[in-house]
Amino acid sequence: MTDRQLTLVQAVNDALHVAMAADDRVMVYGEDVAEQGGVFRATEGLQDAFGSERVLDTPLSEIAIVGTAVGLAMQGHRPVVEIQFSGFLPPAFNQLVQNVGRVRWRNQGTEAAPMVVRTPYGGGVRALEHHSESFEAAYAHVPGLKVVVPSTPADAKGLLLAAIRDDDPVLFLEPKRIYRSFREPVPEGDHEVPIGEATVRREGTDVTVIAWGSMLHYALEAAESVAASGVEAEVVDLRSISPLDRETVAASVKKTGRAVVVHEAPRSGGFAGEVIASINESAFWHLEAPIERVTGFDTPMPMLAMEDYYLPNPPRIADAIERAVSR
Amino acid sequence: MTNASHRFSEASLGEPTATLDDSRFSQGETAPPRYRVLAPDGSYDPDDVPDFDDETLRELYRWMRLQQVFDERMVNLQRRGEMGTVATGRGQEASIVGCSFGMERRDWLLPYGRELAALVRHGVSMRDVLLYWLGVPEANRLPDSNSLPYAIAIGTHVPVGVGYAWGLRLDGEDRIVTLFMGDGQFSTGEAQTAMNFAGVVDAPAVFFCLNNQYAISAPSEKQTAAHSVAQKALAWGLEGLRVDGNDVLAVADAMRQARELALDGTPVVLEAVTYRLDAHTTNDDPSRYRDEAEVDWWRERDPIPRYRAFLAAEELWDDADEAALDEDLNAQFDAARAEVAAFETGGVEGLFEHVYAEPTPALEAQLEDLRDFLAAHPMGDGYIEERPKG
Repeated sequence: MTDRQLTLVQAVNDALHVAMAADDRVMVYGEDVAEQGGVFRATEGLQDAFGSERVLDTPLSEIAIVGTAVGLAMQGHRPVVEIQFSGFLPPAFNQLVQNVGRVRWRNQGTEAAPMVVRTPYGGGVRALEHHSESFEAAYAHVPGLKVVVPSTPADAKGLLLAAIRDDDPVLFLEPKRIYRSFREPVPEGDHEVPIGEATVRREGTDVTVIAWGSMLHYALEAAESVAASGVEAEVVDLRSISPLDRETVAASVKKTGRAVVVHEAPRSGGFAGEVIASINESAFWHLEAPIERVTGFDTPMPMLAMEDYYLPNPPRIADAIERAVSR
Repeated sequence: MTNASHRFSEASLGEPTATLDDSRFSQGETAPPRYRVLAPDGSYDPDDVPDFDDETLRELYRWMRLQQVFDERMVNLQRRGEMGTVATGRGQEASIVGCSFGMERRDWLLPYGRELAALVRHGVSMRDVLLYWLGVPEANRLPDSNSLPYAIAIGTHVPVGVGYAWGLRLDGEDRIVTLFMGDGQFSTGEAQTAMNFAGVVDAPAVFFCLNNQYAISAPSEKQTAAHSVAQKALAWGLEGLRVDGNDVLAVADAMRQARELALDGTPVVLEAVTYRLDAHTTNDDPSRYRDEAEVDWWRERDPIPRYRAFLAAEELWDDADEAALDEDLNAQFDAARAEVAAFETGGVEGLFEHVYAEPTPALEAQLEDLRDFLAAHPMGDGYIEERPKG
């Protein structure tokens, strides 16, 4: 197989084409996904290729989009539904909790709802109010649900294909700030990246920086900037929030003895807390300094004029790295 | 065809009118009529009796009595501390059983809590019904019953049922999904938005409203300003049917027709107007919020004596039949209880199984922690044993 240079959103689109061609049980639906191809064009061309029974626009109802997918999935279809922006996913939280994540357990394994909820998440694209939220920690708290966040085009394709074929429901959070910010070679045709496995994006010996989604790229930039002063940061991309790859995190922290966790969501109750608790359980005696976190603030996601003050950026991350290595 | 390309036409906008009154919609002064075959005293016009064979007519009665007897016996167990909280279908037997008889066994049934007889008729064992109210997780396996566990979180099963029905249509199956719903459920966002969605995807679904006049303590008029539940179907582009829910013949006949409509691609809201003679659950005291006179009015409209009078008039049922049925139902209940007593619940492993297709490392670690704790402190040093079980 050859590789093609794709953006992250093109890779999502490519994965959907591959999944639908390979399995006629796969359906794609949501708001504006069919004729328009999605507001970010992630579903472009799918209706032409696979018809209006398998690719369709639905009423404006996040609850029904997610809830109906459970019924379809229980019965053998493979729904891959889109919530237009993750800021609009909370109405469907009840379905995620009561049905999506619970069906298999509740029915003692006699029923299951393998399905994917895709949604663009995060800030940094100058969007309107309610379009830039990051509530991954809330979704990672739901038993039975998997939560995946790609940070590169090749991973976006590989993780999405793995999610569609997974026997469990997956919430697939697409970092929209980097939808089109760069291209990289993406394998053509089939390509899966396993869910639940983190990866080391940059090797280093002095401190571990843990990030996911669009923050991964700021973490890499920060790592480059501190390298000038002789600090070698290792950067771990979680890729899956749930299940969390505790081993990869622990192995890196045991090596470096210091850690910084980065996310754009509000700090209190944010997923950094779980990552830090996990390090506490697995690598506490290897730590040489308190773990730092660089996050959004405990405020609602601000409107676009103020978002650059809210979102972590490379200098803030570099600052935290300096603190972590100086103690 | 759903989701066809939008094509604008002026006709789709409606005719212009010169006066606002001609463009005004009103629900009128009272609720729409309800279809009824049997009067409260059991009298009827033979020409109105829907076409059911004699054995089916007798079966309708047997199943209503099954609901009643099993409900009463479960409540007795709860009162003796041998059962958890129980919700019964007392007074609503005609709605529950009539709905079941309007369905086919291959259809799917999504219950919310009171539909014991419909579930047992659909293949759920009475043992599993009892285990459910005892809080035993294995009760939710429901093998080969084409039904799902109770939707205790009100309204949450409606989107799922719509998706399920949609899938049945896509697969070209000759089956429907019936969702049991209380009147309060129609106030939830999940039910409303899912029913709207059902109309758009032509889901073969029947939204069967067991309108028993109360959502715990809230009477219908505090639930909605609409005079009926059935009329809500109009706003979502569905068909609405309304029936006397204490008349089992009317309910069964209406449900048969609702099923046909649903199979043809028109989802239906079927409202069975009935009354909850019992408390909401065994934890509830209805004397705090409703008058005994109101309950007495409904007791005179109890669906069971009404239907028995019809059967007697048709010479399909006598006292000997009744005595034999009583004996049989009590024996069935005793047998189910014996099965419950013999049932061995799984260990703590069951808590962790089936969260995911394969357990995650975190779940495995948590199970190991719990096992280690229990090994060092059997039953949490007795704490777990001593906690009340009901």
